[in-house]
Parts: sequence; C-alpha cells; structure tokens
Amino acid sequence: MIWFILLFPLLGVLINGFFGYRLGKRVVGIVGPAAVGLAFLAACGMFLGVIQSPHAVVNTLYSWITVGDFDVSLSLRADPLSSLMTLVVSGVGFLIHVYSVGYMAEDERFIRFFTQLNLFAFSMLLLVLAGNFLIMFVGWELVGLCSYLLIGFWFEREAPADAGKKAFLVTRIGDFGFALGVMLIFATFGTLDFDQVFERAPELLDGTIATAITLLLFTGAVGKSAQIPLYVWLPDAMEGPTPVSALIHAATMVTAGVYMVARTHVLFELAPLSMGVVAWIGVVTAFFAATMALVQNDLKRILAYSTISQLGYMFMGVGVGAYAAGIFHLTTHAFFKALLFLSAGSVMHALSGELNIQKMGGLKDKIRWTYWTFLAGALALSGFPFFSGFFSKDEILWKAYQNAGFWLWLVGIVTAFMTAFYSFRAVFVPFWGQSRLDKKIAHHVHESPRVMIVPLVLLAVLAFLGGYMGLPHFLGGSAVEGFLSPVFAAEEGTHAVEVGAHTAGVGLEVAFLGISVVVALAGIGLAYFMYVARPTVPVALARGLGPLYILLSNKYYIDELYMAVLVNPLKGLAGWLARVFDARGIDGLVNGLAAFFGWSGQTTRQVQTGSVRHYALSILLGVVVMVGYFVLR
Amino acid sequence: MVPSSYYLILSAVLFTIGVIGVLVRRNAIVILMCIEMMLNAVNLTFITFSRYLNSLDGQVFVFLVMTVAAAEVAVGLAIVVSIFRLKETTDVDEINLMKW
Repeated sequence: MIWFILLFPLLGVLINGFFGYRLGKRVVGIVGPAAVGLAFLAACGMFLGVIQSPHAVVNTLYSWITVGDFDVSLSLRADPLSSLMTLVVSGVGFLIHVYSVGYMAEDERFIRFFTQLNLFAFSMLLLVLAGNFLIMFVGWELVGLCSYLLIGFWFEREAPADAGKKAFLVTRIGDFGFALGVMLIFATFGTLDFDQVFERAPELLDGTIATAITLLLFTGAVGKSAQIPLYVWLPDAMEGPTPVSALIHAATMVTAGVYMVARTHVLFELAPLSMGVVAWIGVVTAFFAATMALVQNDLKRILAYSTISQLGYMFMGVGVGAYAAGIFHLTTHAFFKALLFLSAGSVMHALSGELNIQKMGGLKDKIRWTYWTFLAGALALSGFPFFSGFFSKDEILWKAYQNAGFWLWLVGIVTAFMTAFYSFRAVFVPFWGQSRLDKKIAHHVHESPRVMIVPLVLLAVLAFLGGYMGLPHFLGGSAVEGFLSPVFAAEEGTHAVEVGAHTAGVGLEVAFLGISVVVALAGIGLAYFMYVARPTVPVALARGLGPLYILLSNKYYIDELYMAVLVNPLKGLAGWLARVFDARGIDGLVNGLAAFFGWSGQTTRQVQTGSVRHYALSILLGVVVMVGYFVLR
Repeated sequence: MVPSSYYLILSAVLFTIGVIGVLVRRNAIVILMCIEMMLNAVNLTFITFSRYLNSLDGQVFVFLVMTVAAAEVAVGLAIVVSIFRLKETTDVDEINLMKW
C-alpha cells in the first residue's frame, strides 16, 4: 500500500517523460496532477492505517546493497511522522500541480515541467518515507537535483541558470556534511536502518560522537533548509517558475531538514550541544532573514526571506525538543506559504510578469480572488489569531520559553513582530492604495483562470483551518502532538521534553498567547500606518536610516562576501587545476607515457641494422654469456 | 699418450679461428667454410674425449655432426647461389634489406 505513494509519481515521470510529447499538453496536464493526486489518496490510506496502528511499520522491498558488513535494503517506514509528511507533500503538491496547469499553460516546455515536477514529488516522498539513512539520502540528493532542474527551468536566461547552479552548489556543501554524518553513523552502529540505530543509540553513543554525528547531519539541514550560513541560494531560487517556488522552496524540499532533525531526534537528544546549535541557528536565522524581508521590493523575494525565517522557527522548535510543534509549524507553513507564493504567481500572471511591489498598487479591486487568498496567507503568516500560523508559531514560542528560556523566546517574538510587519507590507503596498502600474500592464490586468484560483481557495481554507489541529493545551490539546506522540514519546534513557508543558501554569501560557496576539496586531498596525495611512513615512525612514537601509536592502552584502572569500578563490583554484594541472600535468603524464613508449621503440629498432655480421656477433655474445654463466656458477 | 689438452687446445684454436672468420670475412662462401671449420673443431673435441674417456659416445655424435654439417652446407650454398643470382655479389654487407 505504501509503495503506491511512490509508484504514482514515478509513473507520472515515466509517462510524461517518455510519451509526453506524443500525448500532448492536455493529457500531460491531467497525468501530472493525477499522479500526485493518486499519491495523496494513497497517503490518506496510509494515514488511516497509521491511525489504527500507530507504531512504525517498516516495509522492505528488497535488499539493495550487501557488501561485507554493509547491508542496506530499500525499505519504507510508515509511522505518524512520515504519514503526516506524505499527506502534506502530496496534498499541497497536488494543489500546486493543478495550479501549474494554468500557470505554465503558455510555456513551450510544459511537458518537461510536469515531468520534473513529478520527479520532485517522487523524490520528496521517498525522502520522507525512507526507512534508513541511505534511502533518505537518495531522496535528499534527488530533491536537490530536481531543485536545480526546476530553478533553472528557463535556462536560456542567465539568471535562472546561475541560480540553479548556486542552489545546487550551496546545498552540496550541506549534503557533504550530511553524507559524512551518515558515514559516521555507519561507522558507529554498523547499520543504517532507522529502527536499529535509534534503538542502540543510547547505549552506543557517548556525548562526543553523538555531537559529531548530529552536527554533521545538521549541516545538511542547514544547506537544504536554507539556514545561516547556507541560505544564500533560496532568494536566488526565485528565478524559477512560481509553482516551483511554492512547492520546493516553501512547502516541501526546504522542510526536509526539519523533518530529518525530527526523525533523528533520538540522536539529537543525546547531544544537548547540537540541540542548542539547532535552536540558536534557527532563531538567529529567523531574525536575520526577517530583517532582510523588511526592505525587499520583489514580491517573491519577500516571500523567500520569509521562508528562510519561518524555517528558522521550525528549527527553533525542534531544537528545543518541541518536535511536534516544529512539524506542526512545518505543516501550517506549507499551507500558507504555498498559498502566498501561488497568489504571488497569480499577481504576476495578472501583471504579465511584474514583481516589483513599488510598481503595483490598488490591485485589491482588480484581482479580487487573488487578493483575498493572499490576505488569508498573510494573516496566517503574521500569526493573526485563529489562523493556522497563530497556533503553530505560538506553540513553538511557548515551548521555546519553557525549554530554553527567555532570550530565545525574546528573539522569536521580535521576529514575529517583523514577520507581521513585512507580511502586511506585502499586502498593503501591492494591493491597496493608488495604482502605480505601468500603463501597458494596467490594461491587461485580469484575474487568473479557475484552474489557478481553485487551489488558491483550497489552500486559503487550509491556512485558516489548519491551525485547529494544534490547539494549545488549555483549549483542548494538540491533535498533532497526540498523533505524533508515538514517534516522539520519551523512550528509555532520553529525557521527556514534552512533559515540561505541565510545569508552567495555564495562566502563563495564556499570557504568552496574549503577547503573541499583541505583537502580531502591532506589526499589522505599523504596516498599515506606514503604507496606508502615512505613505511618506517609509521613504523618510529609509532616508533617515540610510546606512542601515542600504545594508538591509543589499542583504548585508553576504553574497558579495561569499563571492570574494569563497567563490572567486575556488574558481581561481579550479581554473588553475584545469589549465595547469590537468592540461599540462595529467595530459603531460599520459602523453609522456605514450611518448616514452615511442622513444623506447625508436631506440630499440636501431638494433636491427640489417647487417648479417652484426647479427652473427650478437649470437656469439649471447652464447658467451650463457656459457660463461654456467661455467662461472 | 699425448696429453688430452693438446687436442683440446687445438680444437679451441680452430673454433676461435672459425668464429673470427664468420665475424670478419665478407664473402658468404668463406663464412660457410669458417662454419665448417667450427663444426670440425667441435668434432675434434668429441673425438678427443671419446679417446680419453674410453667411450664410443663421442664418435657416434661426430657422425651426427657430420651429417648435419653436410646438410647445412647444401642448404647454405643453395641460399648463397640464389642471392648471387639476385645481387651479383657474395658480399654479406650488401644483404641489408632488413635494416629498419
């Protein structure tokens, strides 16, 4: 049953890939989404199965590699965590596929797009369903590949091609750490199977090895999930088509890191240092990215920095041991971030590709559906009460305060303020106020077709209702937490971090909830003030805080820093290796070897003088040597 | 009895002269004659040892050597004649087509 979840997208890839051009756009536009839709149905089936028997079921297809002690099989794992992830991936993925039918309708390479998108769905589902580290790594790498392909989808232009390369190379750095971590796990445990590793972890791991393993695994997460310092690829990845940004860089691939940390939480709990690293990198990234989102003018880039920031929240959650909260935020974020991206895509569609919010304005009456769905997403992102983001973000902040203290919470809450602010900046500037549209574009402004609007509406509903599966304790308890408890429940030896919920009283929790509400409303209010009530304020503020504004809008010059310190020296080294070491050294060696044989041949042939008397002499010499050997022995 | 060394030294000297002749002389027929001389020197050695070890084995072997010598000269002369017909000379230095 569980294999069907993988089978349908894989069939989609094969059908669209090999027969797509013969089938034509219409059929591909059905096969593509259907592949993921069927996967979603299979995931629902798996979900029902998991509800009935919540302990993990590992399904092995066959033994893939057996070399000496190294024994890895193709096995999938069905437990609450993977079930939730597959539902999110396939569900949101399905809606995005449907949306793409409309969005990419004009594109020549429509068929290739769906092939690659299906491949991505397959890879991501493989990643979350994996039953051992190697299969997870295969899925991990494949999603990286698909990300590269899809970001660089319009590769004739330089920017997307470069962005695809950048994404792949930067995540490669993380993947290298991840691979080292997996190797270290094998070296320590002799197996890569999740069940076996997690069972033996408490006995086998002392602090240092656990810390080493988890930190290495986390570097993979840092790359894939765009945390500091490897986040730089995500904003550039916005060069890809908007559905790609929604699916890969908001809802699914970038969450792989969070999923991985949650999956390997047993190992992380044995390394408190790593947990701290995860939590702090998470919260610092959240803060840092939010500051950059404040001043971006490209609508998709605002959302990109927002994604980086929200991923920071998720890592903060899992870093303090609140795994269910982190995964809950992952789920709600998938809903509202995909929604925001798709709405942004709808805006772009309406405005023939314009993305600069300063060149928009007054759109809320012209593209109503897009506006309302975008607004729903923004409300969820800001943590507006009763929307999903409110519940999930607050859960993380509350757990952070309980498990890790005041400072972590404080940075988190300040970031929440900034989140609300920039979200509504992204609402007010493009949609409210006077139209600043270019004349030509203004004529063509039209709402998107239904095939795009329907997924938006569905996602908006989810963005609103999704929160109700994770209510705080005093309102009935989190269904998500309950569902995931078989995965995260305290096993022998590991400390039960979730129990902390009872130590602080309900009153304090309500108080924190209240603070979150106030902060969210304050952010929205400030955005309203600055962009609707007094539109001159932002300009004046930017001028007044000149250097800071320049620093922020140039993204702290991090890209330039990396370029100067890392990229250019490496390019120089690569150039040297190519021109000198390879062309002269290696080729010289190989050619030299051939030349040596040529020389030796040339030299040896001179023995053949053609003179009979020389040959007679050599016969004589040979005889003398042989006889001499026997005589003198 | 004459010491066997006399015969052996004689035979060695004959062999050496034959070797030098093969290496130095240019006329193909003279080279063949020198080869004959080498064979006969070896015959002499065999006979000597046959005599001084009171065994007939040496003499039997001489027969074989002579037979081979005869056959070889026949073939060798046939080759020389053939080359002469081609090149109008018996100078072995002229036969150098196998030079690289």
